[in-house]
Amino acid sequence: MLTTLFSGDSPRSRPLTIVLVAMIAILALGPFLFPGVRAFSMMGMICVFIILVASYDLMLGYTHIVSFAHTMFFGIGAYGVAMATSAWGKGFDAVLLGAAAALLLTVILALLLGLLSLRVKAIFFALVTLAVAFAFLSLVTQLYPITGGEDGMRVRVPRELGPAFRPVEGSLVGVSLPDALAALVGQAAWSDVLFDVRVTGRTLMYYVAFTVSVLVFLFLLRVVNSPFGKVLQAIRENEFRAQALGYNTVLYRTAVVILSALLACVAGVLFALINRYVNPENTLAFELMVFILLMCVIGGMGTMYGAVVGATLFLLAQNYLQDLLKLLAQQLPPDSTLAHLVGPERWLLWFGLLFVLSVYFFPSGVVGQLRQWSAQTRRQAPLEDAKLGRPNPQSR
Amino acid sequence: MSTLEQSVETASPQWRTVFQRFRDQHPHWFLLLAMMLVALLMMDFSTWLVLTVSGAAMGAMLFLMASGMTLTFGLMNVLNLAHGAFISLGAYAGATVLLFWLNDQAAASSLWLNLASVVPALVFALLVASVMGLVFEKLVIMPVYGDHLKQILVTVGGSIILMQLIEVVWGGNEIPVPRPEAFSGAVVIAGIAVEKYRLLAVVLGLLVYGLMTWIIERTRVGILIRAGVEDREMVEVQGYRVRLLFLGVFVAGSALAGLGGAMWAMYEELITAHMGDELMISVVVVIILGGLGSVKGCFFGAILVGLINLYVGFLEPRLAAVATVGLMVAVLMWRPQGLIPVIRV
Repeated sequence: MLTTLFSGDSPRSRPLTIVLVAMIAILALGPFLFPGVRAFSMMGMICVFIILVASYDLMLGYTHIVSFAHTMFFGIGAYGVAMATSAWGKGFDAVLLGAAAALLLTVILALLLGLLSLRVKAIFFALVTLAVAFAFLSLVTQLYPITGGEDGMRVRVPRELGPAFRPVEGSLVGVSLPDALAALVGQAAWSDVLFDVRVTGRTLMYYVAFTVSVLVFLFLLRVVNSPFGKVLQAIRENEFRAQALGYNTVLYRTAVVILSALLACVAGVLFALINRYVNPENTLAFELMVFILLMCVIGGMGTMYGAVVGATLFLLAQNYLQDLLKLLAQQLPPDSTLAHLVGPERWLLWFGLLFVLSVYFFPSGVVGQLRQWSAQTRRQAPLEDAKLGRPNPQSR
Repeated sequence: MSTLEQSVETASPQWRTVFQRFRDQHPHWFLLLAMMLVALLMMDFSTWLVLTVSGAAMGAMLFLMASGMTLTFGLMNVLNLAHGAFISLGAYAGATVLLFWLNDQAAASSLWLNLASVVPALVFALLVASVMGLVFEKLVIMPVYGDHLKQILVTVGGSIILMQLIEVVWGGNEIPVPRPEAFSGAVVIAGIAVEKYRLLAVVLGLLVYGLMTWIIERTRVGILIRAGVEDREMVEVQGYRVRLLFLGVFVAGSALAGLGGAMWAMYEELITAHMGDELMISVVVVIILGGLGSVKGCFFGAILVGLINLYVGFLEPRLAAVATVGLMVAVLMWRPQGLIPVIRV
């Protein structure tokens, strides 16, 4: 049953399995484990970014296509919902219509991009998407009357998904995980551990995002382990040979670009509904694109699970590494070069360094490395058996 | 473009072949002339002249910035997406000289004193960028020769690091860089006012273009570089150290980026660490337009991008960036490899 669910592509590493199970459990029970807005909104972002990064991995990791237009499709989804709800009022019909229009635009643009640049050379695609994404960003920023320009737009979500809606009367009981950990080491009282959870439309929205994220992830696992996915990997390894075997590689690559763009658009729709505010900076900026690239590579290209690990690690770092660096900077003499280097606004410097190092030394990312270690221990186990004089079951 | 084609339809067949031959053999001249002609039809002559001169100046600066990237790609097959960071670095290095070290000369109102600050600023930008280029090549790019995917990843990471380091050294706020007095204001030539600084940019751009063309086409080093691109092993067999040659090319490319960045800093009179990212887009469009790796194509691409930016910026300012990318898309549909391709796909 589980094998079917994971399409035969299990994590294949015990530490990774533990981390993933813990993450799924935490995300599934999220609103009941963390009091406070910061953790709640971060969990929502993790769900959105898992979709975004996993769909990017389909292109980058499985087909070796570098695209810089992934945020463009993300932004199309987000702005589609924002513009539809501001034009047609807050209702599910407006949201669905906006999402449908965004998906349509995404297909057209992705098709054009693919046909335009994939036929020449893979490296062209990276440069062309970079330019096109920038043109789109500048268009959204300049068309103030339609998109709100730099100010962005509020998203009017349906009442059922807003904070005013109460599906459950009264409040439920939650167990605060940070407080429980603190109580375990004796830093806090056990009585603080329980807290009231008010289930609102925002909680419902979180669970919508969580469900979609899980479904999309399982769907992508299915895709990369299907015959279609195998062809993609064949193109990645040796395009010429894949062509010689009779596969129309341009067609496959265009299909992958479109599929990945569509999922990015879905992530954008969810983002707009969760964040309820879109502007060029949080949906379209080049910096966001670089972040997606970082998440994908650090998590592990071509593993799908890497997207989950990478997105989580990066968002945790973005939110909490700054606090850590602030603590570190306070220990150092003020105004020295070293203190400037570890200032809280320098977190990106350290992440960039980690990124470059991981490309050199762990090109398959966190997940790939974990899998490699597990495979090594599995291979070494029979050897140790042989040393101890036990018969090797594989040799017979 | 459409008017040209229409006029050709009605002309005699001999004219059509001449036209077609011109279009196919000199696509860069064809596109440039067509664009200037179309723009001339949409505005009055004096406006057009001012815009054309300004566009050429912008193109010249873009060429300075883009030529380094196209060189490294054409000769070493290295796609350096950190090129924008070198532009920023050059801008900050130039600004340091103008604002802190030679600020008295920069603030004076004599041409010679101003020159005594601007020239060192440009030279310093060139030096800082080339030294950083040397370090960058050794540390970041050398391990990933021949692997485009890793080059893209590593140089994106390197660009983040470089820009963060710029912010560590110079602070995260934008810095105003006032242009020295001798180079601000305009001169009136034949009835039209042209900014002095733009003239300087055009002259410098043409100078660098001429120098680069001369080195690559006429000198021994140029022959070796071209041969190394063609068949690296064969040149190595003759006893030349191609590796060293390519390192020199990368350093030269970074230096040009720094020079272009310093020029741009004085043009915009405001610099941020992220200016390189924004300029990078124009640089990418320029090198795709020209055909990856071609110096001549890069020059014409830069002029085309500069011109279309100014023309469209005059007609409808909000669409300038879209028109630039639109031009790139149109050229790619017409000639998938760019105007003057050198890379065999």
